[in-house]
Amino acid sequence: MSQTQGIGAPIALKTKLHVDHVSEVFERDGKRTEVLNNIDLEVGDGEFVCLLGPSGCGKSTLLNAMGGFLSPTSGEIKVDGEVVRKPDPRRIFVFQERGVFPWLTVEGNIGFGLSKLPRAEREQRIAHYVKMVGLEGFEKTYPQELSGGMKQRVEVARALAVNPDMLLLDEPFGALDSITRLIMRGELLRIWEAERKTIIFVTHDIDEAVQLADRVVVMSARPATIQQIVNIDIAHPRDISSPRYLELRDGIFQQIGIAHKL
Amino acid sequence: MPVRSTRKENPLSPQARNLLLNLRFARPMLSRGRPALFEIRNGPMRDENAAKPNLRVLWRPLAFIAVLLVLWEIEIRRQSSHLLPGPWGVVGGIADLARHGLLLKYVVASLFRVTWGFILAVVLAIPLGLAIGWYRRAEMALNPILQILRPISPLAWIPIAILWFGVGDLAAIFLIFVGCFFPLMLTAINAVQSIPAVYVNAARNFGLGSTSLVYRVLYPAVVPNLIVGLRITLGIAWLVVVAAEMIAVSSGLGFLIVDARNAGNRYDLVVAGMLIIGIIGLLLDAGMQSLEKVKSFRWGYSED
Repeated sequence: MSQTQGIGAPIALKTKLHVDHVSEVFERDGKRTEVLNNIDLEVGDGEFVCLLGPSGCGKSTLLNAMGGFLSPTSGEIKVDGEVVRKPDPRRIFVFQERGVFPWLTVEGNIGFGLSKLPRAEREQRIAHYVKMVGLEGFEKTYPQELSGGMKQRVEVARALAVNPDMLLLDEPFGALDSITRLIMRGELLRIWEAERKTIIFVTHDIDEAVQLADRVVVMSARPATIQQIVNIDIAHPRDISSPRYLELRDGIFQQIGIAHKL
Repeated sequence: MPVRSTRKENPLSPQARNLLLNLRFARPMLSRGRPALFEIRNGPMRDENAAKPNLRVLWRPLAFIAVLLVLWEIEIRRQSSHLLPGPWGVVGGIADLARHGLLLKYVVASLFRVTWGFILAVVLAIPLGLAIGWYRRAEMALNPILQILRPISPLAWIPIAILWFGVGDLAAIFLIFVGCFFPLMLTAINAVQSIPAVYVNAARNFGLGSTSLVYRVLYPAVVPNLIVGLRITLGIAWLVVVAAEMIAVSSGLGFLIVDARNAGNRYDLVVAGMLIIGIIGLLLDAGMQSLEKVKSFRWGYSED
């Protein structure tokens, strides 16, 4: 039995993001591909929402539209009531660890969006976020010499350093090994609890979604529609062997239609 | 004792089960390797000591060169045909040149032409190539012409160079410029086009305007590829200068070789000239290669 609710944000929260009847159609070599079909979603301020769906279903397309990297074919996306038309430092997109600039040190990367600040303040912010993501001692290191998990931390810190209202994460831990991935989830939750940014997190990993999110938006295969929105009513830190956790997870497994046996 | 199913006796811990589920849904690692622009690869990261000349690394090539020199000398003494001067003859030739003040003069003359031709090509071809690579339509319009001009040997331009600039430094510089221009421009075009979109998107996300996009992201992203192109092109420039000097001027190492032959069959000077060309070429390449070790460029050269 999974708890399902409507598209609206939880009543207690002010709406941060409103996806209003968004459809996306790509045309390439004269072929039309319908990627998103009439998506409606509201996300509350400070909420952690996971977009979950099979690979290639269009969830990344939706995230890109939220980030302002592409515009919907129809419908609109609003942040704080304002239509999203282009990328904006108030909502930072985190691309796996591939988005870290290899020609800058850890410090240089984290301070990338802070060039307009006075030097002292910039350095103070950099130091703060270096510490938050646990990279003290690596300030002068180039990304090449860091592990995948550390690069991912750099990218998250770079995003947080500009103090955005929203973080858009596109399968941020997809390229990490499963142990590092578990650790990074814990870190992300710790940071989220400290900073209370609105987080939209795209994943194809059901466990990841249920471990992290306040609400899991289950999307169908292409053209993506919202199949179901599952409210994860377990307080953090979550016991991932608790009956409620397993119940919610298995509910999503069934919803997606995967037999829960290996 | 009743037999129970092993499945119930050994349930996977929930954590282990989660790990397995993760594995099941994990998608294959994205390949992060960038396409190789040139086949020259510098292998994995070189260690810090590689920069210091080190006897343990150098003794093999030095010993091999010594053996060759000895064999060369022996062979020259054994037969008195004059197909080649001996190593002592060549050393004598170099000493001769130095004594007459020609060694330095010719080396400087050649380097002067290479420097100007190369720098002019860099200054024009790289910004132009970067712009063309960035604007796809420009590339589509210009690509066919570039592909036709590119395979024309710079030596084929010699008559035109002399027609336009007469016999002299300008003609030689022009030939070097032509020889460097097209490879550099194509390097720059490719370098821009192989910038991962994710860097540009990240830059836009942080609100960079077009000027800062160029110098904070596009420029650093293309530098490693450009350095490889510069290195190859400087090698081309050094090849072209010798040919240009054989025809268009009356100084420099290329002129030395032709002149030594024409004015009395001084083959010791011919080989001396060849040797000097080789050594300077090596030094130029080593100089360019040392740029690849700069820390903020080095990411472009190792496969991790």
